[in-house]
Order: sequence, then structure tokens, then C-alpha cells
Amino acid sequence: MGLLEGKRVLVTGVLMDSSIAFHVARIAQQEGAQVILTSFGRTMRITETIAKRLPSTPPVIELDASKAEDFDALADRVREHVDGLDGVLHSIGFAPEAALGGNFLKTEWADVATAVQISAYSLKALAVAAQPLMPNGGSVVGLTFDATVAWPKYDWMGVAKAAFESTARYLARDLGPAGVRVNLVAAGPLKTTAAKSIPGFEEFEGVWASRAPLAWDIADFEPAARGCVALLSDWFPRTTGEIVHVDGGVHAMGA
Amino acid sequence: MAKSEQEILEGLAEIVNEETGIPTGDVQPEKSFTDDLDIDSLSMMTIVVNAEEKFGVRIPDDDVKGLSTVGDAVSYIAKASA
Repeated sequence: MGLLEGKRVLVTGVLMDSSIAFHVARIAQQEGAQVILTSFGRTMRITETIAKRLPSTPPVIELDASKAEDFDALADRVREHVDGLDGVLHSIGFAPEAALGGNFLKTEWADVATAVQISAYSLKALAVAAQPLMPNGGSVVGLTFDATVAWPKYDWMGVAKAAFESTARYLARDLGPAGVRVNLVAAGPLKTTAAKSIPGFEEFEGVWASRAPLAWDIADFEPAARGCVALLSDWFPRTTGEIVHVDGGVHAMGA
Repeated sequence: MAKSEQEILEGLAEIVNEETGIPTGDVQPEKSFTDDLDIDSLSMMTIVVNAEEKFGVRIPDDDVKGLSTVGDAVSYIAKASA
């Protein structure tokens, strides 16, 4: 029996087959889950095409993380396909160009605000929108990049990730009584479509090459995706507000 | 059965047309996707994934950067599907 047998999982953030979320969706299906994807605007066509590369083609519903009305409509859009949810993957993040790449001291608030809204606040918006679909509890899982330290070039995206990690803890507090767990996977650097838009990404690669006690492959999405699927499963029943590092061990090394 | 470059060009022109509305007749080998056809990166990504489906090939992101003209893409697909 698969780890997610009988589970219904909403997966955001599948753009290309080099999206971490694509691999979460793939493994979730292989482990028995029924998957629904979200996408938005012009990327809908890409997600719909990429969805056909999954073991079975899931429906794709519209969810623009910048639109409150899309979160309001989420439950109804999901109910067109399944009668409820057991899990949600948050894999959404965005920062304007001016907020990344070494411009930290000059970035203006409007750009920071966008990064925080799309990358951090969207976790709250998604969890709250999905909660009515999880009357018996469920698991919300998000993806972060260790925000406890400063990284080269990551800049305001790093600040947004710190807000994201904190948001997960407060959601764990407020949704715990309803049986909803909220946990994050802090993955090491992966060569996704999103990562390619981060200037200085190759500097992260160097850190992992020299510091990871477990060999880290930036092209292997399986470890991070499996971590997400494990947290979506029933095997972490009393774990919430947690950040599981799937980073080859880098977070635990001093040098 | 491998497709001829002419068939690939026609198929690619249809994909470009569906995504951008550019008339298929304007999608000619010497045209640059960005400079002549004014196709942005998101549309380019859509065109690439649809071309991958249509022609049964894979075009890694690193290779997409090298495909500046329609002709570059046609030869790439022809070679990859041969």
C-alpha cells in the first residue's frame, strides 16, 4: 500500500518538469494519492502540458497567489474534482528582479512587499482557503530555503523566506486545534526553472559541494520531493511547525 | 518516422501561432524569436513544452538559450528526433 493511498492532495507550483512540485505530484500519485494542480494566467498552458507527463494527468485549477478572489474561489474549484483534501503542497515564491542579486540596500518597499506577499503571505492564504476542505484535519507542506542565515544574492527573497518560515509556525499554532499540521522542507539548492532566475545560484552550488556530508546533486529532485510526500503522509502525525532539512546535512555543519 | 525540416517548421509555426497569434507564414527560419517575432520568455517556455510534446523530443533549458532563430529550433528538433 502506498504512503498516500486514498489521499487527495492539492499541489501548487508545477510549472515545468524541473519544478520540485512536479516531482512531489509524481511521487504522490505513485504512492496512491489523487492529485490536483494549480496554475495561473499565462502559465496555465504550460502546466496543463507538463501535467500530461505525470503518471496520470491531473486537473489544473486556477490560483493566482496575488489575487484574494482566487483564494476565495479555491474550495469551490477544488470541489469540482474531489470532495475534500487531505494535503496541500505550497510551492509558490516570487521576488521582483530588483529584490534579488546584490541590490539589497537599494530595493524599494514595493518590490519587497511583492516578494513577501507572494512568497510568505500566500502560505496563510492557501492554508486558510484549503482548511474548509479538510474538516478532519490534514497536512500543509511548504518549501523553503534555510532563512536563518544570509546568503549571497538571495537578498529580499531570503527575508521573504524568513517570513514564510515564521508564517508556518503561526499557522501551526492556529490550525493545530483543527487537526491541520503545517511543516516545511528546507531543501538544498536544486536546478529548477525558478532557481535559474536567481542570480548567483552557482554560489550556492559551491557551498553544497564543499559542505554537504551527504553528496548533494542539484539535478536530483527526488530527496526533497520524498521529504514533502513523507510530511503529507500519516507518518508525522504529531509533527507541526517543523522544518525538515533535506539538504545533505549542510545546515548542521559549521564549515 | 522522422519529420522533414519543412514539416517541423510548419508544426512549430502552428504552435507559435496558437501561443502568440503571429500568422504561421511569418514564422520563417531566419526570424529571431525575440528580436523579430517579439516573443517573451514565458511564451518561449510555452512554445518549447508544446514542441516537446508535438515532436517527442526534450529540449533542456540550457539548450533553449542557444535557439535564437526559428531555423535554430527546427534544426535542433530535426536532430533530436532523428
